[in-house]
Amino acid sequence: MKFDNKIFKFIFIVPVIIYSVFLIALPLLYIFWISFLKNDSYGGIINVFTLQNYIDIFADVYIKIFLRSFLIALGTTFICILISYPFVLAVSHKNKKIQQILMTLVMVPFLTNSLIRMYGFTVLLRKYGVINQILLNTSLINEPLELMYNTFGIMIGMVYTLLPFMILPLYSSVLTIEKPILEAANDLGASKWQTFKKIILPQTLPGLFNGSLMVFTPALGYFFIVDILGGGKIMILGNLIKNQFLTARNWPFGAAISVFLILITSILIWGYKKIGGKMDDLGGM
Amino acid sequence: MKKVIVKLENFSKNYGEKQVIKNINLEVYEGEFLTLLGSSGCGKTTILRSISGMDKPTSGKVYIDSEDVTDLDPSKRKVNTIFQNYALFPLMSIEDNIGFGLKMKKVPKKEIKKRVEAMIKLVHLEGYEKRKPKELSGGEQQRVSIVRGLINNPKVLLLDEPLSALDLKLRKKMQIELKQLQRKSGITFIYVTHDQDEALTMSDRIVILKDGNIEQVGTPEEVYEQPKSLYVADFIGEANVFNGEIIEKNEKNDVVKINNDVNILIASSNHNLGEKVKIVVRPENIKLIKESKTEKNLCGVIKEQIYDGAFTKFIINIDKLVIKALFIGNDKTFKVGDNVYLKWQVEDAIVVGK
Repeated sequence: MKFDNKIFKFIFIVPVIIYSVFLIALPLLYIFWISFLKNDSYGGIINVFTLQNYIDIFADVYIKIFLRSFLIALGTTFICILISYPFVLAVSHKNKKIQQILMTLVMVPFLTNSLIRMYGFTVLLRKYGVINQILLNTSLINEPLELMYNTFGIMIGMVYTLLPFMILPLYSSVLTIEKPILEAANDLGASKWQTFKKIILPQTLPGLFNGSLMVFTPALGYFFIVDILGGGKIMILGNLIKNQFLTARNWPFGAAISVFLILITSILIWGYKKIGGKMDDLGGM
Repeated sequence: MKKVIVKLENFSKNYGEKQVIKNINLEVYEGEFLTLLGSSGCGKTTILRSISGMDKPTSGKVYIDSEDVTDLDPSKRKVNTIFQNYALFPLMSIEDNIGFGLKMKKVPKKEIKKRVEAMIKLVHLEGYEKRKPKELSGGEQQRVSIVRGLINNPKVLLLDEPLSALDLKLRKKMQIELKQLQRKSGITFIYVTHDQDEALTMSDRIVILKDGNIEQVGTPEEVYEQPKSLYVADFIGEANVFNGEIIEKNEKNDVVKINNDVNILIASSNHNLGEKVKIVVRPENIKLIKESKTEKNLCGVIKEQIYDGAFTKFIINIDKLVIKALFIGNDKTFKVGDNVYLKWQVEDAIVVGK
């Protein structure tokens, strides 16, 4: 179909424009706006300009939260990469039908609400949960392991929830490598590891970065995973923002942290473009 | 005695239930240009992939330079493959592509550079060093992929229909170039193709495959002039086929009775009296005459005259039999509708058995 008619085109675009403006752009602008305002003691916002919110971010206690968030997000990204590469490479060597089945299985967990899945994990991981019971009953351990209410539990939840976001872009970029190219590398004397380093890795870099971005960014903010599997003892950026808005009722400060988070993400994308990445490669899943 | 560089011994390959290669034995000599020729699905690529190591035989052994390599990884074999679609590394420059094999072998950078330069010169791609494969034409890419293999000084270079993606003119040019490269380098080439023209022009020996069996092995002359079977005769070049029966055996000749009770002479064959045989006569060996004087010749009507510049082709009907005859240049002696008699030399009638 070809839409030469401008009005026709416009009608199709309007819903998208309305959605983007009213549900994304305006709320973000509002967040940006109030991040420069003061709050009063009752959770209200006072229309007085200040940079105090941004200065507060650099207090020791928050810097620690930032660092912890980054470490958790980095760790999650790294583990996701380690799991995804072998999986994706193995899948890409199967025949088309099996590939489809396996990739559908990757998507299946999305059919259930992730909050519910996290509660599912507590059944597995808690002190006398399924895993500890099995280990105790088989006498592999004498005392239950601390599998949750710590960073370990959070990482399990993060990796579990975010893994598909690494697998999907990586899978689609692995598919761009034609099989004869891998055979040629092998034929020219490259070992499996050399083939990976010289051929597969460079060619899947866009997918890798895309996946990393899609894992790293949410990992900074997925407060519900931290709340449930961290047991409220551990604070990351996501909880911090949520708490500022809902518990501490300091909207301007919460807004300032949000803006800061957006800034960091933007810097990452900018860095990606700087090293020669294409924005198109980021969009495709 | 020529040295055997590649040997397949009782080699079979199954894909699931289907046996694609049926227990073949083949020896490839050092320095020769050997072509595996056959229609698609005859197993020619499978043979190539077993020599390179990308496929393993179901049973049998593969030897390269007298060494049993049946279970050796492709990276460890002293052979290189040229792929149909070039399989160049898209993100690497031309020089990095060509130098890849040496780099994997940890050859010093200086030497790699020197040898890559020499290779680029060999295929006249000077000035292309820093370009990416995508910026080259199909023919140029194929030349890169050929020297990417050659630079490693393989014992054998395996070529899997390397020219099939190129257009006719370029293909003809590359055929000659490849043959020259092979002669200059002295490296054994094993070449897979379904194009009989390509096989005839380039090869020292041709292996004709049919349904996973070797039908015939021989020089281009041998397979063209003495095809062992009707399949070979038909596959290599064009063939006129007559069904006949040997009715007389003399000292030098056999007499064969073919259609219309015409008796023809053939060179003494090892077929017995009364045996049914097939006689093949190539179109270019058939002569047409207006009147038959001494002998009883086959007689037909010219149905079609096809002129294609270098040749004139006549299609002649003898009852239901269709015969092709080929003449050099624009032959105007005969025209469509003429009655003609067919003649050929005794030695041009090839017996291919039943």
